[in-house]
Amino acid sequence: MKIMVAVKHVVDYNIVPRVKQDGSDVEISGVKMGINPFDEIAVEEALRLKEKGIATEIVAVSIGAENSKDTLRHALAMGVDRAVLVQAEGKLQPLGVAKLLKAVAGREQPDLILLGKQAIDDDAGQAGQMLAALLGVGQGLFASEIKVNGNEIEVNREVDGGTETVALQLPAIVTADLRLNEPRFIKLPNMMMAKKKPIDVIAGTELGVDFASHLSLLNVAEPAPRKPGVIVNSVAELVEKLRIEKVLA
Amino acid sequence: MSVLILAEHDGQHIKQSTRQAVTAAAAWQQPIHLLVAGADVSAVAAEAATIAGVAKVIKVEAPHLVHLLAEDVAAAVQQIAGEYQVIVAAHSTLGKGVLPRVAALLDVGMVSDVVEIQAPATYVRPIYAGNILATVQSSDAVQVVTVRATSFEAAANGANAEITSAAAPAAFGKVRWVSEQRNLSDRPELATANVVISGGRSLGEQFNALLEPVAHKLNAAIGATRACVDAGFAPNDLQVGQTGTVVAPELYIAVGISGAMQHLAGIKDSKVIVAINHDPDAPIFKHADYGLVADLFKALPELNAALG
Repeated sequence: MKIMVAVKHVVDYNIVPRVKQDGSDVEISGVKMGINPFDEIAVEEALRLKEKGIATEIVAVSIGAENSKDTLRHALAMGVDRAVLVQAEGKLQPLGVAKLLKAVAGREQPDLILLGKQAIDDDAGQAGQMLAALLGVGQGLFASEIKVNGNEIEVNREVDGGTETVALQLPAIVTADLRLNEPRFIKLPNMMMAKKKPIDVIAGTELGVDFASHLSLLNVAEPAPRKPGVIVNSVAELVEKLRIEKVLA
Repeated sequence: MSVLILAEHDGQHIKQSTRQAVTAAAAWQQPIHLLVAGADVSAVAAEAATIAGVAKVIKVEAPHLVHLLAEDVAAAVQQIAGEYQVIVAAHSTLGKGVLPRVAALLDVGMVSDVVEIQAPATYVRPIYAGNILATVQSSDAVQVVTVRATSFEAAANGANAEITSAAAPAAFGKVRWVSEQRNLSDRPELATANVVISGGRSLGEQFNALLEPVAHKLNAAIGATRACVDAGFAPNDLQVGQTGTVVAPELYIAVGISGAMQHLAGIKDSKVIVAINHDPDAPIFKHADYGLVADLFKALPELNAALG
């Protein structure tokens, strides 16, 4: 079984994002970046399937600018076999990403495509579903456990108010949720080795799809801060305050 | 042209989030139609027809729609999509699964988790775990949008809309529903509850024993932090925060919660936030309207007693 994993290069999850002075966008120049955490979980799951002897080859794909190579190197250091960068500058929308991934899938012919459930920059959570629709295959979203049984993959997924299990015919799309696994720690020698591995680069414009964005960013702002609170001294005082606020009967 | 809302229901009743989506959809000032899909949804459709602001309910029934698999529901939306300029759903498990599929099938982009509709194609939505609000404008001919339900009031009853039926497309067939595990509880649903009381990891094995009595008296939903869920003290679906459930109740009580960024992003639209923590330096106090520095193992029973 061949697995394709899509990975996105995003602002590091520990960084508190700041707005550019003119409010036009989030400031990302000079900010630490790395692999989208949910995509890292997807990579880890692919590696585990390979270690169990179920997967035979894993190819990581990223779509974006030259610096996305850092995230592909991270995936290589974790243990994926190959890495592909689809070069596409500027803002991309999930639909454009899904179209480009579909084109890469057409070349790679994977049996399973893994993605993170959402990227932690745009928080859109669309690419996996859109790719599944474009490929005409099933989607197992928010996976917390997967099992491959022959030509089927069983996905335990986190849904509102509980969990649900669905079985998808392969090829299929699965998006990783937080509890699918804990990604491995990368050892320094693996990181050094990954630096020497080649990354295939394809120009997005070569893939023959229209990935232009139909969404323009008008401005960004930080949410209004809450008014400062007060410290109460006892449970009795707390209850009294909440009754005055009319949030307690 | 009209607005189509994908209704959410549990097979018996329309969910609150659908009523909130109806309020959001009023921004387009177009007739609002509700699509109710399922195996046997006559009662749900009848309820949907009473929601103020709804002009028409379209019922799509088929045995294979019983579990509302996204692949099948998306096909049901797509087949009538040509009549609509706007397609809306709540940003819930159902909406997140179905609407991106619909958008891709229609070859248009999508805008997720909208908290404000400024103009017919101009939206405000949180990015970076709610740390930033982005205002975006879409140039797509069909607007496909999920809305954060708690950012909009629930539409009340007051209509008597026409109910029509549309045939269901053939089953997608490549996905088989296997099972589900619902965490059944008589507590209100976390995402839409008026009161939420959440606990952190420090509650440990006593998570339920300490929170349940207070939640019962407040008719509150129970939530938990990621650390608490990771430690196995609470089930996954109780996780409150940007990667779990985003809540915006009238009253949010955080017990033994330090206030990680991810958690705060999921509660900051709450009207009143109360924090009870033994550590006076916990970041949660900077975001709380009322803070109580106390040992939660004493404070919770005291609170329970004070509520009578």
